Amino acid sequence: MTRGRALAGVLLLVLLLQPLIPLGGYRQYVLHVAIQIFIWSFIGSAWSLMGRFQLVSLGHGAFLGVGAYATVLLWNLYGVTPWLGAVAGMILAGLLAVVVGLPCFRFRVVGHYFGLVTLAVGEVIRLLIVAERDWTAGSLGLTLRSAGGDSLWALQYGSKQVFYYGSLALLLVGLWIWHRVDRSMARAALESIGEDETAAASVGIHVTRFKLGITVLSAALTALGGSLYAQAIAYVNPETLSGIGVSLKIVFAVVLGGMYTLLGPLVGTALTTALAEFLRILFGLKLLGMADTIYGLLLIIFIIFLPDGIYGSARAALDRRATRRAEGASITAKASV
Amino acid sequence: MIDPIFLVEAAVNGVLLGGVIALLALGLNLIFGVLDIVWIAYADLVMLCMYAIYFLVAVHGWPIWAAGLASLAVGALLGVAVHLLIISPILTSPPINQLLATGGLLFFVQSAATLFWTTDHRSVRLSLPSWEIGGIFIPATRLIPFGISILAVIGLYLFLTRTYIGTAIRAVSQDREAMSLMGASPQRIYVVTSAVGGLMAGLAGALLIFQYAVHPFFGGQFGPLTFMVCVLGGLGNMVGAFVASFIMSEVIAVGGVVMSTEMGYVIAFVIFIVMMFVRPGGILARRQ
Amino acid sequence: MLELRAISAGYGQFTALWDVSLRVGRGEAVAVVGPNGAGKTTLLRVISGLIAPRAGALTFDGAELTGRPAHHIVAHGIAHVPEGRRLFPALTVADNLKMGAFLPAARARFAESLERVYALFPVLAERRAQRAGSMSGGEQQMLAIGRALMSRPKIILLDEPSMGLAPVMVLRLFDLIRRVREEGYTILVVEQNVRQVLKLVDRAYLLEVGRIRTEGRATELSEQDFVRKAYMGV
Repeated sequence: MTRGRALAGVLLLVLLLQPLIPLGGYRQYVLHVAIQIFIWSFIGSAWSLMGRFQLVSLGHGAFLGVGAYATVLLWNLYGVTPWLGAVAGMILAGLLAVVVGLPCFRFRVVGHYFGLVTLAVGEVIRLLIVAERDWTAGSLGLTLRSAGGDSLWALQYGSKQVFYYGSLALLLVGLWIWHRVDRSMARAALESIGEDETAAASVGIHVTRFKLGITVLSAALTALGGSLYAQAIAYVNPETLSGIGVSLKIVFAVVLGGMYTLLGPLVGTALTTALAEFLRILFGLKLLGMADTIYGLLLIIFIIFLPDGIYGSARAALDRRATRRAEGASITAKASV
Repeated sequence: MIDPIFLVEAAVNGVLLGGVIALLALGLNLIFGVLDIVWIAYADLVMLCMYAIYFLVAVHGWPIWAAGLASLAVGALLGVAVHLLIISPILTSPPINQLLATGGLLFFVQSAATLFWTTDHRSVRLSLPSWEIGGIFIPATRLIPFGISILAVIGLYLFLTRTYIGTAIRAVSQDREAMSLMGASPQRIYVVTSAVGGLMAGLAGALLIFQYAVHPFFGGQFGPLTFMVCVLGGLGNMVGAFVASFIMSEVIAVGGVVMSTEMGYVIAFVIFIVMMFVRPGGILARRQ
Repeated sequence: MLELRAISAGYGQFTALWDVSLRVGRGEAVAVVGPNGAGKTTLLRVISGLIAPRAGALTFDGAELTGRPAHHIVAHGIAHVPEGRRLFPALTVADNLKMGAFLPAARARFAESLERVYALFPVLAERRAQRAGSMSGGEQQMLAIGRALMSRPKIILLDEPSMGLAPVMVLRLFDLIRRVREEGYTILVVEQNVRQVLKLVDRAYLLEVGRIRTEGRATELSEQDFVRKAYMGV
């Protein structure tokens, strides 16, 4: 894996030294796309903390929306710094996760049913935002109240550079958390729960506690991602930040990239974002809907032909090559004895 | 305080809406409830059938009954196509792949519809009478779908329990391998089921186009609700789905008048969530 | 009538059957016995087409059926009563039997077949409206066999029919299988209950760890030696 690690190191170096890369007039656009990729990968990674253990949520838009709107509303209406607003968002998302998760896990709501419950929750949050239009501005969306210039307190900046590094840092934190969960004892417990809940319970694993724990973690991180996104884009809208549309988008990117690996969500998000941008540039406003039509078609084809995800399939292929090479080496070693 | 006449009107509208939801839920219940295949783009197939009728009637001047039949045919063909092209290759993959593949289809269909037909709302004007009972207006365009959905439920129930192929569909959902030992190709049974499910979508589309205007994102309005209704009624349980449709639509209609349209849906969804905790098998779940 | 030549089959990396050859003649009753894990169930699943063999050939009544899908093979006249019965639990007895006659040829003679099955298994006639999942083990086994008979097969494969049944039921079951045999059906039965099954069949094969170890006439093999081998795997 040292070759992989070296590659990752080089990539990280390139990302960090981005201001030195000559991009001319495209810099702001490239930064904008990069920020999208970083934040959505962070969110995807948070989702996969649940998804990899068979807790497939179709309503993560709920946590996203809670985080984003908590931050924006607290600032717009009460002048609360988004640094605290984000914390509030995480707490609220965590509470929502408990309110929905505790009964779900207690009453063994799993599989299809769990997916539908999360779908309903996502839609409920979206509808509530729209319904309370008096203070949330409903479907029109909310623009972040300007702080009148660059401000760390308000976390608002004219140039995207700060958000570029901020979201990159957040992504790295998210990957680190994923890695820690992967190496923890909890991982084994959650995997056995995912495989056979009854068996896991009979061995003394506290099923509800573990499931709830990972759900709250996933929810809080997603909300944090939502908060940062709101600050970076300075605009929130219930359609783009809650509801079934965005929830599915997250799931797509993660499954496409590979749900069970560290970099899967990143690869999936990067590819889908790049693809969407590419198609948008290619067709622009000439043929409204053509870009998305091709995008949808490609998604179908990808799922059918790469069920393990892009990254997962690539990794598996490389692993097979490595195994064959190792077998070859051991055979020649034996032969030479 | 709200004038009671509005509440009664809302209740009546709820019943009529329930007829619509029931129609949508029936076809989905066959695919999702009986076969356990996730077609998240089901409501969008209905949307395509609605467009078909619109173009046949409003643009090409076909008579209504012919367009209706065409809608059934289009629906059945779409159902078979979805199964053969999208579901069949991933039948043995984890169910999330079915969700995502048909999710991609949802995206594709909605975007293609935007591309070809723009986001303009299209509707078919029908001059049908509207009856007044005690100050409440009941349009025929709502009453007829209600009546037909009742017939459809009965029809589908009889189909599944009394006909050979209907029993075979139920059998294959209980044990696919055992069914192949009966000499039945599971693939063929799935195709037939998909055709019937698609046919129901065509029927739903035929009855909806006369009440609602169609546009590319029509599916988004009814999609999640239809799934919830299927589960609420007990997956595969036609009568249950029928009852659940009316419960949900009443809540939506009355809640919509008492509070706001969105809150009506919110309450309905919250009821769904709570029901999943309490009775995940559905309101008419059979104790096994 | 049924012939397997050098069949090898397995699941994924694991090979369950190695180079297995056997024959069943028309009207014969043949048993395959052996310890747990010998591959007996795999053998039947290969014959009925649920698993495709990796090597070897399967012919039935002159037709080459290697690697054909299950519904195809069943159409040629092979009926498989699977391990654990595999009834349709939420369907009634009558509906289960209906499903058994799915093939067009069987459906054409449905009424006749049904009468025959009800005559052989009167308890099924009594409980025709009962859900299959709510019946006792013995009744379920009868229904499973009845369902197989509805397809008007030429040969019936029985996978561990005595499994999970009380000893009294086991005796009654083998009596019933004997009667089915007397109606003229060819039978291939896989069984752990060696003593009982050898009283029923003409010939038997011993399958151990995926290979055929011995073959012989049932009367000769009823000696202690063979039984000991089958029960304790030598």
